[in-house]
Amino acid sequence: MADTLFAAWLIARKDLAIEFRTRSAFLSAVVFSLLGLVIFYYSWDPTAVAVTDLAPGVLWIVFTFSGLLGLHRSFGVEAADHAIDGLLASPVSREAIFLGKAIANLIFVVAVQLIAIPALMLFYNLPVGDIAGPLIAIALLAAIGLVAVGTLFSAMAVNTRLAELLLPMLALPFFLPIVIAASQATAKLLSGRPITEAGAWLKLLLAFDLVFVAACMLTYPFTIED
Amino acid sequence: MSSTISLSGPPIVEVAELTRAFGSRRAVAGVTFSLAPGDCLALFGPNGAGKTTLLRVLAGLLRPTSGTARISGVELPGGALARSCVGLISHHTMLYEALSPRENVAFAAGLYGVRDARARVEDSLRRMSMLDRSDAPVRSLSRGMQQRVSIARAMVHSPQVVLADEPYSGLDESGARSLTALLGELRSSGTAIIIVTHNLAEGLSLSTYAAVMQRGRFVRYDARDGIDPRSYAATYREAVASSG
Repeated sequence: MADTLFAAWLIARKDLAIEFRTRSAFLSAVVFSLLGLVIFYYSWDPTAVAVTDLAPGVLWIVFTFSGLLGLHRSFGVEAADHAIDGLLASPVSREAIFLGKAIANLIFVVAVQLIAIPALMLFYNLPVGDIAGPLIAIALLAAIGLVAVGTLFSAMAVNTRLAELLLPMLALPFFLPIVIAASQATAKLLSGRPITEAGAWLKLLLAFDLVFVAACMLTYPFTIED
Repeated sequence: MSSTISLSGPPIVEVAELTRAFGSRRAVAGVTFSLAPGDCLALFGPNGAGKTTLLRVLAGLLRPTSGTARISGVELPGGALARSCVGLISHHTMLYEALSPRENVAFAAGLYGVRDARARVEDSLRRMSMLDRSDAPVRSLSRGMQQRVSIARAMVHSPQVVLADEPYSGLDESGARSLTALLGELRSSGTAIIIVTHNLAEGLSLSTYAAVMQRGRFVRYDARDGIDPRSYAATYREAVASSG
């Protein structure tokens, strides 16, 4: 287990170093998120829809699509000059490769969230104080689920001719339950309801995370077998 | 035709009636051979003969369809233990171009759990004459330099078996000399090598065994001592010509 975690960390650190050097996916995801927030802001009629009703949907739509940018890059860096062969020929377990990729993707998605959530609060003039803690918990739980599913499908899609199209086609149906639970929980918080009312959605998110992380980790080796 | 050569000493690579099919097409069809530590098999053959597929099976990247392949006694695909014995060199560099040569080789050293990794990384880069450019991004290096780094990456964990698929591809004269010297040193220290190349002279100069592969099979398998380079060249040309 310690070997798997160490190898996973090596792989995650390598992916983050590559992203830090190129900054291609991170900048794209941040710009996409901010543009998404601005577009929704100006296409919104404040007399028809309350901001607390609109903001959760905007937030999770923006996260879902900006996250896909990073997830696509995850195995894209391995496809260039067959780097994945070097990884698969090494003695690290397939689970460690999945876990390493997922850790790097999680850090990527959380970093985008760290910029996009304050931006949302600012644009939409939302109260932050009391709900900051629960909102961070929702964002983290949702990110874990999105990343687990997205990492698996990124591995499946990378060697296909239409990888950029195939990844969202495969991943979005599985993102749906996570996005629904996260946006419902966020809506409860933003509308000032007690945290206990969001409890059921949080439990659902946690359950999805446990199922998706376990299922994706077990399924991943089959996606890379010949 | 498949051939078996009996070797002195326990074999480190044992392949018996190995077949690997993709659908109905058999890329490797009933290949049998074995290598002892210090042996080198030079594998020749036309494009599409199955050489790369054979190496990918031995590297644990493909499962055999039938037959068996063993590395250090471990049947493939044998998990971490078998993979840790193998160093893979390919005409693809398998490098991350945003990272430096040092980072690429250090990453590989980490994956293989190399002790005293820093010194081993330095040594691998030095042997391939890449210390001077070891901190430049790989994407800024020439194709030949990238190939040198790729070789350093494959050697950092001192593998018992080296699988080299057209390792001279892209190397200049100096790089080719370094590689030949390195492979010679590895052989002397007991590493078994399988080298795929289209250059007969290069392959035969390193090898203890040589094989010509055609349509997934070994059409010749000989000990190097018994090979007449001229007749071997004729066989090779025949194989290439008949493959279309």
